[in-house]
Amino acid sequence: MAARTIVFEPADPCHAFLTTCSRAEYSDGPLAGVAVAVKDNISTKGIETTCASKILKGYVPPYDAHVVGLLKAAGAAVVGKTNMDEFGMGTTTENSAFGPTLNPSDTGRVPGGSSGGSAAAIAAGMVTMALGTDTGGSIRCPAAFCGITGLKPTYGRVSRFGLIAYANSLEQIGPLGKNVSDVATLMGVIAGHDHRDSTSRNRPFSHSPKNEIKGLKIGIPEEYFGPGVDPEVASVVRKAIGRLVELGATTVPCSIPSMQYALAAYYVTCTSEASSNLARFDGVRYGPAPDTKKSWHDAYQEVRREGFGPEVRRRILLGTFALSSGYYGKYYAKAQVARQNVKADFARIFAGVDVIAGPTMPSIAFKLGEKSDPLSMYLADILTVPANLAGIPAISVPCGKVRGMPVGLQIMGKHFEDERVMDAAYAYEQAVI
Amino acid sequence: MEDQVIIGLEVHCQLDTKSKLFCGCSTDYRSDGPNTHVCPVCLGLPGAMPVLNKRSIEYAMRVAKALNCMVLEESEFSRKNYFYPDLDKAYQITQYDKPLAEGGYLEIESDEGGEKKVQLTRIHVEEDPGRLVHMGNAERGKYSLVDYNRAGIPLIEIVSEPDMRSPKEARKFLNKLRATLEYLSVFDSDKEGSLRVDANISIKGSERVEVKNITSYKGVEKALTFEITRQKNLLRRGQKVDRETRHFLEARGVTQSARSKEQEHDYRYFPEPDLRPLRVKSWVDAIVLPELPDARRGRFMAQYGCSLNHARTLTGDLKLANFFEQVVRGDPAGLSGLAATWIADTLIGELNYRDMSLDRVEPAAVTELVEILKNDLITDKSGIEVLRIMLDQCLKNESCETPAAIVTHLNLGKTTGDTGAITTAIEEAINENPKALDDYRAGKAGALNFLVGQVMKKTRGKADPGTLNRLLTEALKTRGA
Amino acid sequence: MVSEHEVQHIAELADVGINTDELETFTHQFNAILDYFDTLDLVRGDGAAKDDMVNVMREDKIEPSLPQEDVLRNAPAQEDGFIKAPRVM
Repeated sequence: MAARTIVFEPADPCHAFLTTCSRAEYSDGPLAGVAVAVKDNISTKGIETTCASKILKGYVPPYDAHVVGLLKAAGAAVVGKTNMDEFGMGTTTENSAFGPTLNPSDTGRVPGGSSGGSAAAIAAGMVTMALGTDTGGSIRCPAAFCGITGLKPTYGRVSRFGLIAYANSLEQIGPLGKNVSDVATLMGVIAGHDHRDSTSRNRPFSHSPKNEIKGLKIGIPEEYFGPGVDPEVASVVRKAIGRLVELGATTVPCSIPSMQYALAAYYVTCTSEASSNLARFDGVRYGPAPDTKKSWHDAYQEVRREGFGPEVRRRILLGTFALSSGYYGKYYAKAQVARQNVKADFARIFAGVDVIAGPTMPSIAFKLGEKSDPLSMYLADILTVPANLAGIPAISVPCGKVRGMPVGLQIMGKHFEDERVMDAAYAYEQAVI
Repeated sequence: MEDQVIIGLEVHCQLDTKSKLFCGCSTDYRSDGPNTHVCPVCLGLPGAMPVLNKRSIEYAMRVAKALNCMVLEESEFSRKNYFYPDLDKAYQITQYDKPLAEGGYLEIESDEGGEKKVQLTRIHVEEDPGRLVHMGNAERGKYSLVDYNRAGIPLIEIVSEPDMRSPKEARKFLNKLRATLEYLSVFDSDKEGSLRVDANISIKGSERVEVKNITSYKGVEKALTFEITRQKNLLRRGQKVDRETRHFLEARGVTQSARSKEQEHDYRYFPEPDLRPLRVKSWVDAIVLPELPDARRGRFMAQYGCSLNHARTLTGDLKLANFFEQVVRGDPAGLSGLAATWIADTLIGELNYRDMSLDRVEPAAVTELVEILKNDLITDKSGIEVLRIMLDQCLKNESCETPAAIVTHLNLGKTTGDTGAITTAIEEAINENPKALDDYRAGKAGALNFLVGQVMKKTRGKADPGTLNRLLTEALKTRGA
Repeated sequence: MVSEHEVQHIAELADVGINTDELETFTHQFNAILDYFDTLDLVRGDGAAKDDMVNVMREDKIEPSLPQEDVLRNAPAQEDGFIKAPRVM
């Protein structure tokens, strides 16, 4: 029997996709025939997977990531691989080696990153669902900048087997969609235990979002409305939280003191892990051929200098430095202590509230080329990294516009309470439809 | 006073599990083509993740218990980061600051005689890298070929304190360790490359040198002997021994400096984020150890009356110990003394000479041979001849005759009754060797033995020595000697 | 403060090249980021992680390996089933 396929040949003016499958196969299941886009750092058997990097140009994985297998088992049609910041390193998708993705709301602006392609594809109406990954905000940021919904699941709820690693202890594959229901549906397909991922938890997800907000206690951290946040963005988010209060929720002011070093802890951790994860890219088993006439050390250096973009090389250097002899205690070890403090802060706050809410990003989407200084780019992650450091679930739902650009409301919850986080987002979404 | 030699060893042994340390690829790769026992995990493909093989930890804990180590409350895996073509992730998953076990000791026979304890520092588990083959030449260009079949094989690393004082002690340590691991059924020493040794050696007061890439038991003694000589020569000439890493080149029997232009490795260890910690100390109690070499040695002495030396030799290798017990099964008091002597003192040597494995020999055949000898049916010399013929036949895969058949076939039965043949041979020997007769009369030592030898030759070794001696001495007396 | 020379050294340790024309900018940005990392000096506590998930292991079972063609497919250079790599000194 011939495989059933859908035709997928959309116009892609925003450059959301790196690869499209013009005849995408699908089968029976809860997602039968639904077109799903997959971020290009998730391994797809037989389909080129590049992480938007020259060093993986032409790499065709001989295996599917666990979540891709689940998509197929659910009948979904994998219609293409989406653009991203190279290896997930970035907040704007401008670090792609194959050209940036544009924000469908304003093509002079970035879609956010690093899952910019997935978010833009949904925002542009090319697909209704997509997979992204979130290491320090890479699902929530583009969701916020593009005006769609995206969830970073609790660490361990979605298998990372097949996800080309950037920062193992921080990242999760997560669902993006037009609305909370689509995100919930997709989460239901991809969540659950995988014996091939030793950090995977046995916590499947099968939840239809409920419009239950009465009595919900919402923590409002002062650091999320501080001086670094665009006042108009803060105002729109406060209004959105106000809507939840009208629906029956209550707010509780709180503080996360560890925020003062959270971003540093995040960048030390992710660059350290990345420096190790990316060391395997030498062109020998996959990637551009090393010059075998050179000695291996020289050949490797050349392949990696040519194949990695500047931001990737910068982060590899930072991570190598942080792990190097004499500095491990000052940086990496300290960063892990910092993480425990962030976890402790959240635990303390969650003793008195059910969820925590605030803006997803401190600003609206930047103009293309606006953020050229790496450090100022890193500072944009300040509101999203705490959830990754603590491993807690966090969602971004669109909550209005500032100067014509979408703004995201971020809701965070306790470990494994992704369902409750989604319900709160759903309640807001339904209230403003 | 002799310059004191200080030696410590780091021994890597492949654990005999069915599948690799972090994936399900089969470990039985040696007879298969390159890159046929590889999966995304052990190939280090992007996105692949390790999952720990439970049996490898069980095996390692057996070793820890047998070597009297202390298993840590919590241990974890770390990444050791460096670049090399055989290391496909550019890091090796190993254990760094939280190994599986620490401390412990192994008893060996010391150089002074008696036993000594070599203390251990730690035991940990790690993965093997792939295998490199160096190709090409200066004209065509040199390059390397890589086979990742070996990548991910589980290794146990046993680190000793610098307690050994000679290459001989080092070899004894290695042999005892190998035997212990075999007795624990966690290691197969027949597999090529299953054991690798790095040695640290210094002369007291001088710098320490690390010697890597020792892959055979003999190699350890050779490498250390060479190194000691090299270091002593330097010191004798008033030069200093440099602290460095050297590689052992087995074929030439020398060590060579491995110093390169590159900096010393900074491995940038950090805990492996894709693996969870281990809390397995509570498993120790449930581990039931089998009879270990020292215990078996004691039992051989008590049960079979073996001497300490024979017992030590026989129990020093699991297959040999099992072989011995099969040979003497059912007749401990009777055969065991002779069997121990013939197996330990003769069979092993004959096998080594033929580069032949004990597997090729039937225990029943040796039992029969020892019985024939015990019943005094043939001389010792004939016994050796029968053994050699038997081994040669087995080696060539010819249908191996039984010892009894060989004895009959070659008419090796002792000529005890028929003294006629001996007497004739004696007369001939004396007549043919008048000088020997003169020497004997002159009281020269060795003359008698020479004549005994001549008679033995004539009787093709079949003359019973006791009878021969008696008749020869009588014959010489009658000649006025 | 890290010098250009030290940045070069780290680049060699990481086998990642920096072009000479990038070195000055890289070093400048590197130092700015490292300065920011100093906020970690504010961290207090021993950070003892409570690991609830331990002893994650699998049974010693053989699973199928990849066919040799799949192993070699993405490798740019091979010979007789081996993967070719630059020579090791």
